[in-house]
Amino acid sequence: MSTPSTTAYVLRGVRPYGTDPVDVVLADGVVAAIGAPGTVEVPGGATEIPASGQVLLPGLVDLHTHLREPGREDAETVFSGTRAAAAGGFTAVHAMANTTPTQDTAGVVEQVYRLGQEAGWVDVHPVGAVTVGLGGERLAELGAMADSAARVRVFSDDGKCVHDPVLMRRALEYVKAFDGIVAQHAQEPRLTEGAQMNEGIVSAQIGLTGWPAVAEESIIARDVLLAEHVGSRLHVCHLSTAGSVEIIRWAKGRGINVTAEVTPHHLVLTDELARDYDPVFKVNPPLRTAKDVEAVREGLADGTIDIVATDHAPHPVEDKDCEWASAAFGMTGLETALSVVQQTMVDTGRMTWADVARVLSENPARIGRIDGGQGRAIAVGEPANLTLVDPDATRAIDGRSQVTASDNTPFAGMELPGRVVATFLRGRATVLDGAVVESTGTGSVTLEGAAR
Amino acid sequence: MKHLLTTQGLSKDDAILLLDTSAQMAATQSRENKKLPTLRGRTVVNLFYEDSTRTRISFETAAKRLSADVINFSAKGSSVSKGESLKDTALTLHAMGADAVVVRHSASGAAHQLAHAGWLDAGVLNAGDGMHQHPTQALLDAFTIRRHLVGNVGEDGRGTDTSAGADLAGVRVAIVGDVLHSRVARSNVYLLHTLGAEVTLVSPPTLVPVGVETWPCRVSYHLDETLEQWQPDAVMMLRVQRERMSGGAGGAFFPSPMEYSRKFGFDARRLAVLPDHAIVLHPGPMNRGLEISAAAADHPRSVIVEQVANGVAVRMAALYLLLAGTDERNAL
Amino acid sequence: MNPGSRMPESSAPSSPTPGTNPTPAGAAEPTTAARTVLGEADIARALTRIAHEIVERNKGAADLLLLGIPTRGVQLAHRLAERLAQIEPSFGGEYGTLDVTMYRDDLRRQPTRAVGQTVLPGSLDGTIDDKVVVLVDDVLFSGRTIRAALDALNDLGRPRVVQLAALVDRGHRELPIRADYVGKNLPTSRSERVRVRLSDVDGGADSVVISGVTP
Repeated sequence: MSTPSTTAYVLRGVRPYGTDPVDVVLADGVVAAIGAPGTVEVPGGATEIPASGQVLLPGLVDLHTHLREPGREDAETVFSGTRAAAAGGFTAVHAMANTTPTQDTAGVVEQVYRLGQEAGWVDVHPVGAVTVGLGGERLAELGAMADSAARVRVFSDDGKCVHDPVLMRRALEYVKAFDGIVAQHAQEPRLTEGAQMNEGIVSAQIGLTGWPAVAEESIIARDVLLAEHVGSRLHVCHLSTAGSVEIIRWAKGRGINVTAEVTPHHLVLTDELARDYDPVFKVNPPLRTAKDVEAVREGLADGTIDIVATDHAPHPVEDKDCEWASAAFGMTGLETALSVVQQTMVDTGRMTWADVARVLSENPARIGRIDGGQGRAIAVGEPANLTLVDPDATRAIDGRSQVTASDNTPFAGMELPGRVVATFLRGRATVLDGAVVESTGTGSVTLEGAAR
Repeated sequence: MKHLLTTQGLSKDDAILLLDTSAQMAATQSRENKKLPTLRGRTVVNLFYEDSTRTRISFETAAKRLSADVINFSAKGSSVSKGESLKDTALTLHAMGADAVVVRHSASGAAHQLAHAGWLDAGVLNAGDGMHQHPTQALLDAFTIRRHLVGNVGEDGRGTDTSAGADLAGVRVAIVGDVLHSRVARSNVYLLHTLGAEVTLVSPPTLVPVGVETWPCRVSYHLDETLEQWQPDAVMMLRVQRERMSGGAGGAFFPSPMEYSRKFGFDARRLAVLPDHAIVLHPGPMNRGLEISAAAADHPRSVIVEQVANGVAVRMAALYLLLAGTDERNAL
Repeated sequence: MNPGSRMPESSAPSSPTPGTNPTPAGAAEPTTAARTVLGEADIARALTRIAHEIVERNKGAADLLLLGIPTRGVQLAHRLAERLAQIEPSFGGEYGTLDVTMYRDDLRRQPTRAVGQTVLPGSLDGTIDDKVVVLVDDVLFSGRTIRAALDALNDLGRPRVVQLAALVDRGHRELPIRADYVGKNLPTSRSERVRVRLSDVDGGADSVVISGVTP
């Protein structure tokens, strides 16, 4: 096939990781030059991008995205979801397994993988289901998915917990053969029957069935001990409580090979938002208390929590414009994640932009064992997977004007700092001037080449 | 007053206005002609997603006594699970020009959403939403307590109620039973507290919600101790839902109905421990022999039948205050 | 308890009638100084005269039932009852209260009104059948309050006759209603405000005050 026809770009006065301004040249899909402003050699015909004051990050990598296709194309498709991901500054996403049919065979994961290639907005890495149909009863063909064209390394029944301890142990052991990882949705099912929101002061007052923190923490505690016992990698999805942070901290202190993620929404929103029964705030795991929010921020800052992952969960209007108890769990996040991290961690002085690159790009790429030049340093010769951010901009969030096909953002009506100005996938701009660049499908070729 | 959704946050003035208005409504109900022209031409929709013949009839009677047109909309089983129906129904009611919607729903927050989601501009009266609130039940309980313990209507309830304008300062109320799942308990705790009463919840620990510590009340796990040492002026027994008793392994909230009855059932022996003026309430329907014995339920100091009659007056008052004024009303 | 305490001034225009809009909002009508048209002695004299007229018209006080309309009508009924008891020793001095709130035709034009109390004298055993009812109000204006009172009476029973006593008749009737007993006919313009002040309701001396538009 043809070689990628990427335009050359020169980013003028940009600050890699928020440090001193430089000029950065992108050409032939890689970072061609980095130098003090005005000192770099610019190829002829390069597009000038004035980027004074803007921050350059490695392209963001999401370990936890629901693209909904196949099955719920009314909520999102691989195309619309990855387009939203590009708009949010991502260059790679992991597509969660709870599709219909479930991503539990090589055939389905390859389908999602190819849809991602055809869309060309970001690299799509399907997550394989741990158990057949997410049923929690027998292991899916993990090896076949690992060996497939999709090269699956992350396995998760996300949305459901692998609650059977024996099954969880087997999964942890089995994926060692191909350096895979089990990403656990930690939710003890019996303790959360009918649960609607965090169990505590607010649930007691407003009469919604409580979702105790212990239902999450008990599974995490069990799983880190299992991971220690069998010497496997374990990833904990979207932890949400102060107790979970404590357990992960303890486990890491013991040398257990565990990684943990937090969602943007758990970094800022609390269960107080349930008081008006607006189901846009209904999410799994539920929004917790201000004390938990503080604990996950602290955990993210000190490295206990390795990554921020969006748990982007689009839903059609009818699944949210109804009674709380009937509404679907989940909120969109791809287009607000970076802004929330900036607001809660950077603008508060708790993290640098280099830390942001670590939790939103480098660590998730490493946990997911993906290549394609994702999560790499910004350096000459590296694939040009890059995100350009204007940290001084503010945006009013509006669900309907987002790129994702669904409107269920919990940040609607809020002002968030920071704006993704440009996203580059191996040197090709998927976003320029803050707007997505309509794709001509050239991305598939480069991804295929890179993924082999 | 645009809506009546919850007793939490209801001001003391509004609570007393509701009780005083209820008293005036009650006075008209002893007449030969019980019907008032007050809400003529206004339409009240009873929107019931849960079976509750008693509550629906009470609201229907109240609306009709005020000359409102009443439309009964029984939406039971029409896809709470699908969700969309509440919104569609609201849009339908809006198109039909409903002035007030009385809603009973198994989902907590359904009344709040109906009032605030922008689907409908009618006044919304919460007739029970999930485990959240049932404000008119609490108001009728408070009204009944006030008549007896402040208004001196006598044991038969026929004396002149002298409690107009009064609150319930210093009155001690024990609320006994399944607090966790009870909208009646939640509504009463806040309303009685606002009115100055002291409330103690008495329940097995499994039926007390986590997070109860912010409620303006005390919690006890022991009925006998509470009755003997605290000497409540009123005891309100909550209905124990049958499905809470079993539900498979771990589903039951107490070991057996017998044990529950022994420890938390109200009977003549426990009644005898109370002060002479004390009254016994139950929101109905009762499980005789489980949370209350027949002897206690039918005792002269039981005001359970009177609660039903007072329910009509209280609902008349709520409908009056929601619907009688100009359209620029303040949300409660 | 003062059940009528939340009632607006009974002399305030009860319902602006389309076409005869009394005071367009914001109209620059000069506010005239308040002037007292009846003093304490005038009011006392008027009530005494009305009491005599009631006895005369009804040839005694048999079956007579005074019903005051809250708030000030109740006090006036109380004073009339005292006078009637002096004139006719057979009259027991009883009077009642008739709340008309739930019968008003302007409920939706006003902020929600508190419902007042209707109290019949205990001797009546709850019925007004075949009584001679005299409704008592402070100011007769549009007649709409009295219309509501007649409906309210209807729900209490079937009086033999219903009469109306008002301390002040200020005109501007909107319904075919007239008073049988009037303390003083007071020509007013629609925009003026007539306030009856009674010592036992408002404190101070009894008076009837007329004033210009209240902004």
